[in-house]
Amino acid sequence: MGHFVPHTDAEIAEMLAFLGLSSTEDLFATVPEALRLAGGLAMAPGLSEPDVAAEMGRLAAVNAVFPQLVCFAGGGVYDHEVPAATRSLTFRSEFVTAYTPYQPEVAQGVLQMLFEYQTMVARLAGLEVANASLYDGASALVEGVNLAVAASGRSTVWLSRGVNPSWRSVLETFSAGTGHELVDVALVDGVTAWPADGQVGAVVVQYPNYLGCLEDLGEARRAADRAGALLVVVSDPVSTGLLRSPGSFGADVVVGEGQPFGTPMSFGGPLLGLFACRMSHIRRLPGRLVGETVDVEGRTAYVTTLRTREQDIRREKASSNVCTNQTLIAVACAIQLSWLGTGGLRELALRCARGTRYTRHALLGIDGVAPLVGAPTLREFAVRTPVPAATVVERMADEGFLAGVALSDEFGGGLLVAVTERRTRAEIDQYAAAFEKVVR
Amino acid sequence: MTGGAPGGRALSAPIMGRAEEPTVFELSSPGRSAWSFRTTGVPEWTAEELVPADHLRPEPLALPEVSERDLVGHVTRLSARQYSVDLGAYPLGSCTMKYNPKLCDDAAGLAGLAGAHPSAPAALTQGWMELLADLAARLCAITGMHAATLQPPAGAAGELTGLLLMRAWHRDQGRQRTKVIIPDSAHGTNPASVTLGGYTTVTVPSDARGCVDVAALRERLDDDVAGIMLTNPNTLGLFEEDIAEIAAAVHEVGGLLYYDGANLNAILGVTRPGDMGFDIVHMNLHKTFAVPHGGGGPGAGPVAVSERLAPYLPGPLPIVGDDGAWEWFTPARSIGRVHSWHGNALALARAYSYILANGGDGLRKVAEAAVLNANWLRQRLRGSYDMPYDRPGMHEFVASAASLKRTAGLKAVDVAKRLLEEGFHAPTVYFPLIVEEALMIEPTETESPQTMEALAQALERIAADPEGASAAPRSTPVGRVDEARAARHLIPTWDARPEPRTSE
Repeated sequence: MGHFVPHTDAEIAEMLAFLGLSSTEDLFATVPEALRLAGGLAMAPGLSEPDVAAEMGRLAAVNAVFPQLVCFAGGGVYDHEVPAATRSLTFRSEFVTAYTPYQPEVAQGVLQMLFEYQTMVARLAGLEVANASLYDGASALVEGVNLAVAASGRSTVWLSRGVNPSWRSVLETFSAGTGHELVDVALVDGVTAWPADGQVGAVVVQYPNYLGCLEDLGEARRAADRAGALLVVVSDPVSTGLLRSPGSFGADVVVGEGQPFGTPMSFGGPLLGLFACRMSHIRRLPGRLVGETVDVEGRTAYVTTLRTREQDIRREKASSNVCTNQTLIAVACAIQLSWLGTGGLRELALRCARGTRYTRHALLGIDGVAPLVGAPTLREFAVRTPVPAATVVERMADEGFLAGVALSDEFGGGLLVAVTERRTRAEIDQYAAAFEKVVR
Repeated sequence: MTGGAPGGRALSAPIMGRAEEPTVFELSSPGRSAWSFRTTGVPEWTAEELVPADHLRPEPLALPEVSERDLVGHVTRLSARQYSVDLGAYPLGSCTMKYNPKLCDDAAGLAGLAGAHPSAPAALTQGWMELLADLAARLCAITGMHAATLQPPAGAAGELTGLLLMRAWHRDQGRQRTKVIIPDSAHGTNPASVTLGGYTTVTVPSDARGCVDVAALRERLDDDVAGIMLTNPNTLGLFEEDIAEIAAAVHEVGGLLYYDGANLNAILGVTRPGDMGFDIVHMNLHKTFAVPHGGGGPGAGPVAVSERLAPYLPGPLPIVGDDGAWEWFTPARSIGRVHSWHGNALALARAYSYILANGGDGLRKVAEAAVLNANWLRQRLRGSYDMPYDRPGMHEFVASAASLKRTAGLKAVDVAKRLLEEGFHAPTVYFPLIVEEALMIEPTETESPQTMEALAQALERIAADPEGASAAPRSTPVGRVDEARAARHLIPTWDARPEPRTSE
């Protein structure tokens, strides 16, 4: 229908005449005749706005979401509240419809939001510097490992099996190009058992790990020191409201998934890759970085900086190929962290931990349901079930619950359950009652 | 085109805030808060009861302590210091900053799409799977390819995905190759991705007409070349007329052709990368298909491939199962995942709604109007700026301020900053690297002839009156920013300010 092209037929004719052309087809004279698409695209004509809305509404209605399905699934994407203020501010069209801030004089809005974001992400990590975002936790992990390998000069990586398996799989995909050698390090009763010796470039651990267990980061730091490696910690930023920061345990690089702060689950995207490191590694930092400076009149201003690391300048020697990142999601994260504030972040983590303990206790009271591993957990936990976890998830959907994430054989099966601040005692009680019914 | 309504042109300067905005940390006041959580009735165990002592944070993490009203004021004032497509024209070359239809916002905001957890079993997400599968099919129809992955979350991620597909293909042909050829006019992401893909970049020069020098390309082709990455139309906005010959030559040595879809907007419904001989295509849905750029993302960079490469695509992909329902499928020789889930799904939903709204006929009109606007503006500005490749082009063109710099000291950066004063966003400057004082201008199809006229007049005024341009911009929220100082005295966080002020 061409709804969004403003030109009238008369205007098109006038512009063509200015170019000495007689038809729009003439505009494509440099496209060889043999390559032109005869008959146009094999696609239905355009729809009106209400017709598009109806079709999108039909597709949306087919998916089972809250409140039809009460969510107890996590595994990297969590059902947290997105308050009205965060939604409304994030979707201001000044942020939504801006490009990457290449002209800082007219991009102070996005730039200052990113500066505030970097400050808060660095504090969450307990490190000195954070970048302006990456695509998702998995891509942040890939970049973290690339940094560690480049900084250490060693391409072997000890990768805890407690790291999100989907993220490990992404790391493996990209290692085909970089040539990193990934060595899986097994879990013993839920926490990583590091090798006693060996020289590697990176030691990668998740805190709390994929099964929800609290890893011993001090032990991971010592393993990294023995191996001459950098310590890369995959950190759940919500848990940081209660837990010591990875930086306080000696992490060199901290990565994580920022979706819990202000972004709905969105079928897994857009997400937000959090990335922080020590100042000593700043020349290897991937992606964009915003810095504070002044304008010609000495007023405070913000600008993307240390640009010589980036692909458009350094080309094949760049620290990363990242160009477009997840700026709008980073803006949402900064707004949400400000909305939470010091007290709200702690309260959020506390509420998740309380709900998790309550749910875990309720499930472990059911015949045949047992902890998958023994290590202490915080906001997510795994249980063994008398019927396969995938079956539990399937049956629980009929009861109105997304019961959790069915774990793969790598973990010996089991169900991973996450409880956020949104879950009420009544929902949890109903969940446990339904659970008891379906595993019988 | 004079005398029309000011239609479409928006002056930014008078509405954008000049006042400095303190950081949120400076607005913080101890004990103030905005948060509010659901009443749950869950027992209120203490932190000490829930967290082992050696893990427990000794003191709360310091974040801003502001009221909701203060937060809303702060962010809204910052938004007034930000230029955007909704505010006015954004002729940033290679970025395709077209208007983003609001109906796509509505589509992405639907609870049934935004509220879905990605681990939910296929039976519970049939609508999402149908959407993704139909989007992939339509992208294949548009590009003339066989199958697509929607996982790559941005163009550069698509490039790297494509290069890993290339690696997997050559591995299965029995021998890994080492080189990838890219033109000297290529985007910087191309060589950066080549390195991460485990290949070495070989650069091929452009000829005097601005296209790949085919003779020079032939000299570089051997059986160690894994492939070539091309943008067509290229970054000069010119269609690579020899593309069929290039494709044949690369295929002859067993190499593959990679299409960088940054400029796909120019050829929608006109010609297709698949018909040109490309094997791998990435698309930037945040350019061509109107996903708003978000100040730098999220975008989406799907990759479509020819039939022989389909078995290598990242999985899982939605396909129709025996019972007619959608199910997830991972191709036999898959290179593996490139995203934790299914890519930037809501961005994909936006692009899908845009494609539905335009349809096949509308997409062709997009290309026509984009090419018309660019050629009109190039023709119009020939008297004011150098046109190093002065011939009919596609959706963008590269002008040069080289003569103006010599005669009047007016550099490309000065033109850019002056244009900000005129109420427009600046073009891309100093790219592509092969053009001196480059001004890369892409008007897009959504700017009206009246806006084009206003943009042309503004650029003509700048060229005619270069006096004082080095002091521009003067009417923007801040004046010219000291970029060198930002790098020399690095302040990447509020805590790194030289005189740290606490939030207390």
